[in-house]
Amino acid sequence: MPHESHSSIAGLRRRLARITGEAEPRGPIAGRLASGHADFDAALSGGLATGRVHEFFAADALDATSAAAFAALMALRTPGAAPLVWLRTADAARRGGHIYAPGIAELGGDPDRLLLIEAPDPKLLLACANDAIRCAGSAAVIVESWGAWRALDLTAGRRLALGARDAGTTLLMLRLAATPSPSVAETRWSVAAAPSRALEANAPGAPAFDLELLRRRGGAAGGRWQMEWNHDEHAFGPNANEAALSGTVLPLAARRAALPHGAAAA
Amino acid sequence: MPLADARARVPDLLVIAHDPVADTAWLDRLALGCNRYTPLVAIDAPDGLILDIAGAEHLFGGEAGLIDDLEMRLSRLGMSVRVALGPTADAARALARYQTRPAPDEDQAVRRLPVAALELEAEATTALVRAGLKTIGDLASRPMANIAARFGAEAASALRRILGDAPSPLAPRIAPPPVATERRFAEPLGSTAHATKVLTELLDEAAAQMRERGKGGRHFRATFFRSDGLARSIEIETGHPTRDTALVMRLFAERMDSLADPLDPGFGFDMIRLAVPRLEAMGATQLKLEGGAVRDAKMDELVDRMTTRLGRGRVRRLIAADTHIPEQAQLALPAIDAPPPLPWERPEPGEPPTRPFHLFDPPQPIEVIAEVPDGPPHQFRWRRQAHAVRRYEGPERIAAEWWRRRDNAGLTRDYYRVEDVQGRRLWLFRHGLYDEKPDPRWYIHGVFA
Repeated sequence: MPHESHSSIAGLRRRLARITGEAEPRGPIAGRLASGHADFDAALSGGLATGRVHEFFAADALDATSAAAFAALMALRTPGAAPLVWLRTADAARRGGHIYAPGIAELGGDPDRLLLIEAPDPKLLLACANDAIRCAGSAAVIVESWGAWRALDLTAGRRLALGARDAGTTLLMLRLAATPSPSVAETRWSVAAAPSRALEANAPGAPAFDLELLRRRGGAAGGRWQMEWNHDEHAFGPNANEAALSGTVLPLAARRAALPHGAAAA
Repeated sequence: MPLADARARVPDLLVIAHDPVADTAWLDRLALGCNRYTPLVAIDAPDGLILDIAGAEHLFGGEAGLIDDLEMRLSRLGMSVRVALGPTADAARALARYQTRPAPDEDQAVRRLPVAALELEAEATTALVRAGLKTIGDLASRPMANIAARFGAEAASALRRILGDAPSPLAPRIAPPPVATERRFAEPLGSTAHATKVLTELLDEAAAQMRERGKGGRHFRATFFRSDGLARSIEIETGHPTRDTALVMRLFAERMDSLADPLDPGFGFDMIRLAVPRLEAMGATQLKLEGGAVRDAKMDELVDRMTTRLGRGRVRRLIAADTHIPEQAQLALPAIDAPPPLPWERPEPGEPPTRPFHLFDPPQPIEVIAEVPDGPPHQFRWRRQAHAVRRYEGPERIAAEWWRRRDNAGLTRDYYRVEDVQGRRLWLFRHGLYDEKPDPRWYIHGVFA
């Protein structure tokens, strides 16, 4: 946006944008949620923008945990005790499992920061999400939905984006078992579990994620990162044996092919 | 008389089955409606109400005025009632149920009651009547020690209660709240909008009372009394003591919006009462310079609003529990009054997490190919999909909590942390050892990040 010499002109522009209901949630980005992974943060000019909507799609229904854990860890990486508000529907525990606090504690997160809100149906989930994002002071709001979410059309999505921007709340949408569709999200991701680095005796190692940037507002989409969570440093890092994993990239790519390519370009 | 006989005599007899639960519920509603006269209303099951009107009758033009008002409202609801006033709860109750003859004053009326009013066992009552003691007055003229010796201590104590010599305490349906304000209207209010406005004023008054006492409310109850004698209560709770009228009103509005059957004024509300049954100490709040206190208050408000809208059990925090059984190691408790958090187990440096991010409760059964008896899983089928195990760690053996079980039994679980070829890390367990059970089943209990 060009620099406005006159503050009243900028004010008028803002008013005009409000009247015409401009879809673009502009305004300055207050901060970034950094991951700790150097390449990832550099590509996103510092990390996920706060006060914006970010969508995380699970590459497969079985990758729901990876998507949820990635979003939660990004939010819980922020220092302090600001609560993480997690909204889900009543059937989410049956489909994806209960959120398990001892597991979060073992990842280095603080489960006491978690506030779980369970809405009985997707319509109420949207209403609660609208209330939760308007409440400043949370580290982030995670909204977990399963399958197609009919109540979330473009208007509802824009309302969420504007609410998040006005309150400065970061909204992380977990879209599980859903196909990507056009939305006003700042970034859209596809998250899958990645094979971990083996420990001695062939034991599974630290959590590893495979991220693909499907869309980015005002920037180039595309880009894949293999990330590993290091709970001692409380940061993501590169998957140390990425090269050694080349054999497993093939099945991952086969799963990617199942995603509609048109949706990725939306 | 059996029903068949009755039907034979009156062929078009209307038969309605006795529904004690509905009767109790109706009596409860009537009791709530009677709260307009006094906060102390006790239910005298199965068909009575006892009102402690001491100090309240002058508001209705004396005892006679109160009785007229009560009879008028209850008859409008189709109730036929017997009303009696007495110096004690037991005396009033006995007069309402057993009085047959008029008497010049209350004392005489009690003395003229039949001994059945003592409600002793049938044998004791018969014995009293056979002894020629037909009324309470007859019995009261005898020495109390003789009555106790002959007819039992129960007869003596019942007599003392009915005469007012011994206290007859009342167990009110709703304990009187520490703070309560109310407003009565000469003309019933027909609209809910007006009613909420009045409620706001009542909240301001209650807030002033609470401020004087240095307290804040945790639980608020608004009762709307309809002119036809019924009443409706709406309650809200807050996570922290509050005196903020706007906040409490928002919660009330939230509650009213989510009611299955909306607040119906009927022919109008003629009284609205606001009670604060639960108070907690609340000092003057000081705002932090960097705005910390304000933000906390916002989160608390979110918890209150969500709890009011969705219910206590749907807005929760996770609290650690001291057990090694995985599904019991966390408690999801209502955030509105969650206990202070307990410390969680911290991760071992350099080790991957040993507990999953998502836990299935109940665990989901899977078909596993594994070595018998103690081998790790090689392959398993879950949700109609085959998974080949590439890496594994285990077993982590978790015994049942036999000391909590009466039969000291329970199956041991062998947990394996496995990773399939696609990189998904899962938590599997075999429920039972081979020497505990002939063919132990395998389950998936969680998914790691």
